[in-house]
Amino acid sequence: MSNEKSPFIVEGKLADNERLKRESNNLRGTIEADLKDQLTGGFTADNFQLIRFHGMYQQDDRDIRADRAKQKLEPLHNVMLRARLPGGVITPDQWLAIDKFAAEQTLYGSIRLTTRQTFQFHGVLKPKIKSMHQMLNKVGIDSIATAGDVNRNVLCTSNPVESELHLQAFEWAKKISEHLLPKTRAYAEIWLDGEKVETTEKPVEPILGDNYLPRKFKTTVVIPPQNDVDVHANDLNFVAIAENGQLVGFNVLVGGGLAMTHGDKSTYPRKASDFGFIPLTSTLDVAAAVVTTQRDWGNRVNRKNAKTKYTLERVGVENFKAEVEKRAGVTFQESRPYEFTGRGDRFGWVEGIDGKYHLTVFIENGRILDYPNKTLKTGCAEIAKIHKGDFRLTANQNLIIAGVAPEDKAAIESLAREHGLIAPAISNQRLDSMACVALPTCPLAMAEAERYLPDAVTELEGLLAKHGLEQDSVIFRVTGCPNGCGRAMLSEVGLVGKGPGKYNLHLGGDREGTRIPRMYRENISEQEIMAELDVLLGQWAKERNAGEAFGDFVVRAGVVKPVIDSARDFYDA
Amino acid sequence: MSQDSNSNSAPGAVLNEQQWNAITQAIAGLNRDQLTWVSGYAAGMAAAQGGAIAPVIQSATAPAGDAPTLTILYGSQTGNAKGIAAQCQAKAEAAGYSSKLVSMADYKPRNLKGETHVAVFVSTHGEGDAPDDAIELHEFLGGKKAPKLANTKYAVLGLGDSSYEFFCQTGKDFDERLGKIGGKSIVERLDCDVDYEAEAEAWLAKLIEALKDDFSAAQAPAVAVQAGVAVQGVASQTYTKKAPFKAVLIDSQKITGRDSVKDIRHIEISLEDSGITYQPGDALGVWFKNAATLVSELLGLLSLDGDTEVIVADTTTTLVEALTSKLELTLSYPNFIKSYQAATGSESLAALMEDKAQLRTYMAERQIIDIVRDHPGTLSAQQLVDALRPLTPRLYSIASSQAEVEEEVHLTVAHVDYEAFGHRHQGGASGFLCEYLEENGEVEVFVENNDNFRLPTDPNTPVIMVGPGTGIAPFRAFMQERDAQGAEGKNWLFFGNPHFTQDFLYQVEWQGYVKEGLLDKITLAFSRDQEEKIYVQHRLLENGKEVYEWLEQGAHFYVCGDAMHMAKDVENALITIVQEHGGKSEADAKAYVVELRKAKRYQKDVY
Repeated sequence: MSNEKSPFIVEGKLADNERLKRESNNLRGTIEADLKDQLTGGFTADNFQLIRFHGMYQQDDRDIRADRAKQKLEPLHNVMLRARLPGGVITPDQWLAIDKFAAEQTLYGSIRLTTRQTFQFHGVLKPKIKSMHQMLNKVGIDSIATAGDVNRNVLCTSNPVESELHLQAFEWAKKISEHLLPKTRAYAEIWLDGEKVETTEKPVEPILGDNYLPRKFKTTVVIPPQNDVDVHANDLNFVAIAENGQLVGFNVLVGGGLAMTHGDKSTYPRKASDFGFIPLTSTLDVAAAVVTTQRDWGNRVNRKNAKTKYTLERVGVENFKAEVEKRAGVTFQESRPYEFTGRGDRFGWVEGIDGKYHLTVFIENGRILDYPNKTLKTGCAEIAKIHKGDFRLTANQNLIIAGVAPEDKAAIESLAREHGLIAPAISNQRLDSMACVALPTCPLAMAEAERYLPDAVTELEGLLAKHGLEQDSVIFRVTGCPNGCGRAMLSEVGLVGKGPGKYNLHLGGDREGTRIPRMYRENISEQEIMAELDVLLGQWAKERNAGEAFGDFVVRAGVVKPVIDSARDFYDA
Repeated sequence: MSQDSNSNSAPGAVLNEQQWNAITQAIAGLNRDQLTWVSGYAAGMAAAQGGAIAPVIQSATAPAGDAPTLTILYGSQTGNAKGIAAQCQAKAEAAGYSSKLVSMADYKPRNLKGETHVAVFVSTHGEGDAPDDAIELHEFLGGKKAPKLANTKYAVLGLGDSSYEFFCQTGKDFDERLGKIGGKSIVERLDCDVDYEAEAEAWLAKLIEALKDDFSAAQAPAVAVQAGVAVQGVASQTYTKKAPFKAVLIDSQKITGRDSVKDIRHIEISLEDSGITYQPGDALGVWFKNAATLVSELLGLLSLDGDTEVIVADTTTTLVEALTSKLELTLSYPNFIKSYQAATGSESLAALMEDKAQLRTYMAERQIIDIVRDHPGTLSAQQLVDALRPLTPRLYSIASSQAEVEEEVHLTVAHVDYEAFGHRHQGGASGFLCEYLEENGEVEVFVENNDNFRLPTDPNTPVIMVGPGTGIAPFRAFMQERDAQGAEGKNWLFFGNPHFTQDFLYQVEWQGYVKEGLLDKITLAFSRDQEEKIYVQHRLLENGKEVYEWLEQGAHFYVCGDAMHMAKDVENALITIVQEHGGKSEADAKAYVVELRKAKRYQKDVY
């Protein structure tokens, strides 16, 4: 850690979260006392925030919050747990363990695959939390630092075809994740009954610092031409550069992020800046240098401007990059050429270069649950019982049954069909649509997302059919609040929740996820959204160039001005 | 309690207002000689209690040992026995007999030998159990130390509920035991069912009449009220069971969660302009109407016309009105079976009546309509009315303090509502309160005093409250009262129910009291949240050391709720705690608990 006073530090009264991190005794707080408190199902004071650093959010069933207030009952407090699963890889044994827990110990009974390439349990009551962590630990999973002001779950492109390259990239994702993890033993002590070791050594956290990061920090490893992880939604991205099918190094992209605040123009989504190429050997040093620079220079006064993207804009990309080079002892080389061609998953069977087969199945909203007509959860569990490879969760909330030997294909496929994991006709539009969790569990949600998506897509399919566009689709994303877990700020048609039944409609992103869509209409109803889209899709059908995507069309046709430099032009009309 | 003070005001330094009222009531109408005698009598009693009373006064005329006195003993849980006992005294007084009214809890069993006339009024609970204040005397009479009575005459009136197996058992015991040790019965014992008023009144008249010969020869009559046990409350309410207040429902809110198997309501009733007062610990009597659907179904099953005129308690009314407002339909009782069988000639019912145990089991699970469904028959409207017993109000422990809610009264009501024998069943009063009574609808209520369930008079005294399920109700009143008093004494609540998320009654209120420091401890037992079932008695045992420490610091210990299981389990836990943490033998631990009860530091409101 550098002790010299930097001109890039924001002076002022620190945000309250800074106090709570500082006073948390390296993330312990008084969580253990809260676990013993029978009077409430929630966590109190600072612990409410501190459990996030352990991978949990306190939530409640918002559908019944008002009812319970009348019943003189507190909200139905529970936690959502987000596992740490670098690259989204999970074994069949692990799957069976989480399947059982979800069914028996959670209020919603589901496994939720998320845009962070991991799974979430929703609705875990306080008395079950400890046994949940112990169950995960037993199968080799934890939830350390999947939320809070730390480096979160590291994503890695789900590319089952180029098996060897994927394996190498995935190994780096794991290494980066481990390298940037908090070193405090708080998690083990609180949840796993680990021995309490008195330590006077400071800092406990050489990379994150004992006050941790100013804000959340997201990292990916991406293998072009796929951009399934959405690099521009992340603070730090390692773009895999291969020679002859072997990973040789990374282009480093820094400072992406989609979160903003309604009505606050000092906040905006921002694409990541390209710092240049580094060889593999510098990977961990560069990762640490980016994190520590953001740690020291990030804004700890105003949390709304605390993410890396704002630090870059404030100190200048070149200054930030120079500091990283200094701290990591590297010089960024000129970026190697690469190209993103798409973000979607490759559904169905593909054969990898290692001769193994991989089946990608579509999971609407990533919600794995037994529905009346499709027993997705039972299906996954039945497959896990016979599967010899592994499962991979994609950043698009879908599931890959990976590494299937040719002789096992038929059995797996039969189970997948039996349980509706392979459904006869899912439209391209449905495959290209995504939503965050939102109501009823997410406390931040301003409007529905997951529960609105299926119907919204059906309406959209109707509009496409009406205009003869059945085979076409638009990247359609719904996010319940401007924090943007649904990554609507990298879609062609994006809805950002504003209030119950009301959204801001954004248009003009591209299919590859390299252009931020601009707000086209503010605070409009679901009916108004579909009415607007009806007109625009009709126009697209008639006037588009050959193969022209909807997002490109609306920009060319002048429906919206493209966002080019979001820090300056995002709020232009 | 506020009362009109139109003439003399209480000599506050010596007596409280209630005592003063009791005394003025007692001496009203006495002539000059009688008043003089009373003053001497009171002085004599003071001397007997010890202390420095001047010998001059001690020598004042005291009643002769063999002068006949009617000693009226009551053992009462809900106040009914006490109420009749007070009536008895009023009648004795009117007849000019010397009498005294004493709670069995305050009566020294050794004194029995010296009594000339004893009238016993005692209720029965649960499985033939004596009420708390009668336990000691009841045991004493049945034990080896029971005296031989040479010159004592007695009469017993028992109170009970004939739907229970051991109907009026405690009354029967007193009758038998007093007779066995030589007492002579004055009049035959009366076993009162829930609709006792008319019978009890007739019996009292008979008793007073039977005492005439013994008492008319006696000298100066006297009425005594034992020190500190005023006949308070009995006459203090303007509105009574017979003359209830027409109140209005303000709010009925389900307070169990969406997924609860229980339907428990928080009920708020307005007492505006009634002048009704109550204290934490009191119960609210609620008159209810039977559900219209139930009445019409019963009429249909028996092919009776609701407009038929019938006579109920000497009043002519329509059958539908009688079934709705005057007669008990949601319980079953032996008299109905008997009368219904006689009227219909049902052979299946006759067969069932052969085996008492079988009949009891059958009745325990059924309401009137089930019996009619199972054993169809025909009878006249008047026969049906005569077979049914009068509707009685239900008592609910009050869940509020007037210090907090002023002219409101709150209840915590479990809505009895279940499927059985292929039909929906509801509790009479709870169905009325929870489903049929609409907001701003009228409900007839009265306050039933319960001096056996009172907060400590000293606000610094700690209290331990054990109230699982709807047993929580009076403790909500207690906490509101202690909050308003600014009471410094520590408070510890034990609560239990099936599930934390669904059944934590008044959760946010307890959270508030914990936060503001009023509620020092709250210990919870959610029985169905884990494999093994955990109940309040388990939590008591777990916290045994501290519970005992509180008791040693003078804490009062309260239990409210289920009498059948919970209250017994809690009492056993209490004995175990005293044994373990007080280093006592089982017998000594039991004696410790008995002492707690006698000192009114262990009080129960169980049902």
